[in-house]
Amino acid sequence: MMVFVTGLFAFLFYAATAILLAGVASKITQYWRTPSPLKIPTTPAPKTRSAVVFRMGRELVFFETLYRSDKWTWFFGWMFHLGLFLVLARHLRYFTEPVWGWVAQLQPLGKYGAFAMVGGLIGLWARRLLVDRVRYISRPSDHLMLALLVGIAGSGLIISYITYTDIVAVKAFFLGLMRIDWGYLQTLPADIVLIAHLMLAIALMAVFPFSKLLHAPGIFFSPTLNQVDDARERRHLAPWASKLDASRKK
Amino acid sequence: MVDFEKPELRETPVVPSIKPGVMSHLASHVAKPKIQEPLGYPGELVDNWEQAAVDKLGELKGKYRSLQVFLDSCVFCGACTDKCHYFLGSADPKNMPVARQELLRSVYRRYYTLPGKWFPKLVGARDMNREVLDEWYSYFYQCSECRRCAVFCPLGIDTAEIAMAAREIMDSVGRGQKYSNEVIGKVFKFGNNLGLAVRAVADTLASLEEDVEEETGVKVRFPLDEEGAEVLLMAPSADFFAEPHVDGLIGYGKVFHQAGISWTFSSHAAEGGNFGLFIGSYDNMRRVAVRVREAALDLGVKRIVFGECGHAWRVAYSFLNTLAGPFDFLDPRYPVPQHICEVTYDLMKRGVLKFDKSQNDHMVLTFHDSCNVARASGMGDLADGQFTIPREIIKATCNHFVEMSPSTIRGATFCCGAGGGTLTDELMEIRTRGAVPRMGALQHVTDKHGVTHMVSICAICKSQFSKIMPYFDFDAEMSMGVHQLVSNAIILDKRD
Repeated sequence: MMVFVTGLFAFLFYAATAILLAGVASKITQYWRTPSPLKIPTTPAPKTRSAVVFRMGRELVFFETLYRSDKWTWFFGWMFHLGLFLVLARHLRYFTEPVWGWVAQLQPLGKYGAFAMVGGLIGLWARRLLVDRVRYISRPSDHLMLALLVGIAGSGLIISYITYTDIVAVKAFFLGLMRIDWGYLQTLPADIVLIAHLMLAIALMAVFPFSKLLHAPGIFFSPTLNQVDDARERRHLAPWASKLDASRKK
Repeated sequence: MVDFEKPELRETPVVPSIKPGVMSHLASHVAKPKIQEPLGYPGELVDNWEQAAVDKLGELKGKYRSLQVFLDSCVFCGACTDKCHYFLGSADPKNMPVARQELLRSVYRRYYTLPGKWFPKLVGARDMNREVLDEWYSYFYQCSECRRCAVFCPLGIDTAEIAMAAREIMDSVGRGQKYSNEVIGKVFKFGNNLGLAVRAVADTLASLEEDVEEETGVKVRFPLDEEGAEVLLMAPSADFFAEPHVDGLIGYGKVFHQAGISWTFSSHAAEGGNFGLFIGSYDNMRRVAVRVREAALDLGVKRIVFGECGHAWRVAYSFLNTLAGPFDFLDPRYPVPQHICEVTYDLMKRGVLKFDKSQNDHMVLTFHDSCNVARASGMGDLADGQFTIPREIIKATCNHFVEMSPSTIRGATFCCGAGGGTLTDELMEIRTRGAVPRMGALQHVTDKHGVTHMVSICAICKSQFSKIMPYFDFDAEMSMGVHQLVSNAIILDKRD
């Protein structure tokens, strides 16, 4: 039985990874290739490239604009993302042997990451249900995405604190998986919570390039945030727009 | 005047509970074929317009990274939902930025994403149909493209970009807005937004010279089409005759006179505004902008200066070099183009201009930051020059200046309620509702500090305020321009 499940999961992980990588790569390519014909940075608009990097850095690390915009959404959103970062970093130990030094050091802190994730998600979900404006804009898929993330974080917490699982076997499975050779594949533990946890993670990977999770690569390409405010100093011209100059009389 | 339950004016607006459909009855007048065609658009809805609209969306998202990225990136966090003045004043949830974007995004999802094709209900995807088109037409023209939502969006999503794309799509299938498109047509035909003939402009300027000489005893000139002048001045055409705009124009003239800078208007481009921006049409915006280049070359000027007009300054500061550059034939010592406030500020700092502040002692002033200046352009070398330079001029020309609530000024300023192609009578209800946040902030400073006048540097703001202020029991004449203050206070030398 677990041999079959292991084979199925190996296949699904490969498929989900392929969808995730190919999907995100194709979106990034699309964003990269689409020109920005006009300068549209928003206030406070940075005047130099390094100031843009500093601005983007503050957005990525602190969610600066969201903080100015809505304190509760910032609090829950930032808590969730910070938790997610810690959890993802902590999970690197399943894919590396020997485990990298900083990942090992992060382990104790990373354990709390899942609590932050769940706490943040519940807060965000509560806003979706309780604030009439946010309820109005929420689609079924927005609730489903929250359910999926709560399911992943929740099942992870159950494994960590209640049911436990054979994490040595789990790690052996992933290390085997990464060699891309059926001969190295190790059997997964027969653990229903673990199976659910992995299944949900696979679902998240597969929907990533087709969902609002595209905000992760998208923010880097947001012209309002990544442009330098130097339109008067340097002529900014998209390839399709430069062709129009030829039709000019003067 | 419009009839709706007048909201309580507060220093900072109260976020209302949503009232779906409150503004769904409102739509601007549709452009007739004779207005559409000179802009290169079909006169009426084309055959198979549904597909044509979907195709146009595909084309635009391939030309504008902003559109493609913004359509994908929204996480529906709701941070923007209480930021739009039109939502705050109307409570219609479709005036929340994210919901306004969703009008277009739902169609994008249906035709350009897998989940939208496979599970439309789950992800909120909609077919392009008549109902959707009507909704677009109503609500995308209830947006002033002021970008307040954009500065509060954690992903930088700018509803203005979405509204402009939707308007361009509608225009391309034959559904245009009469107000904006008629104005653009007049620019092509007459050289200015108001359709003023050259004779009328010349007569107005001549009579201004007489008026100013009569009042001050100084012969301040207001030249038109003077070859070899140093500066080409691009003012909004409202400055030629509308109140209080014309008093600002007199101010520009006095500044140039006192500084000894020769300048001229151009009849070919007697208009600083560029409504091509409002309808998201690169082609029309470019056509309007190229007139500035032609006028500058024809007249052989060395500098281009823009008058007090918010969206004109956005196009000038952020886009003119792109649309009509390079301007290597102008004097490289000055930025191209310059704002009249930059010119005045610079002269003031160098001691060329002297003011008698007491001339403005009968007023207590506050400053309304115009959206396009505040959030879509800059001034001077400093990052916040568009906020500090006009204020420095105001403070140099009057003794009594107070600020409105910090959450309603500078980058967080509220739109006057009539920008982006909404300054038309049939939209009076949303214009009035949209002014509620600004009027609330103003009410507070009039009560607390006895403010008598609100200064702005935008022709649309000035027109809108003069029109809607009486509804809020303010005097229409409370609205004025920065260069009106300059005009009052400037000390002119008695020379020719």
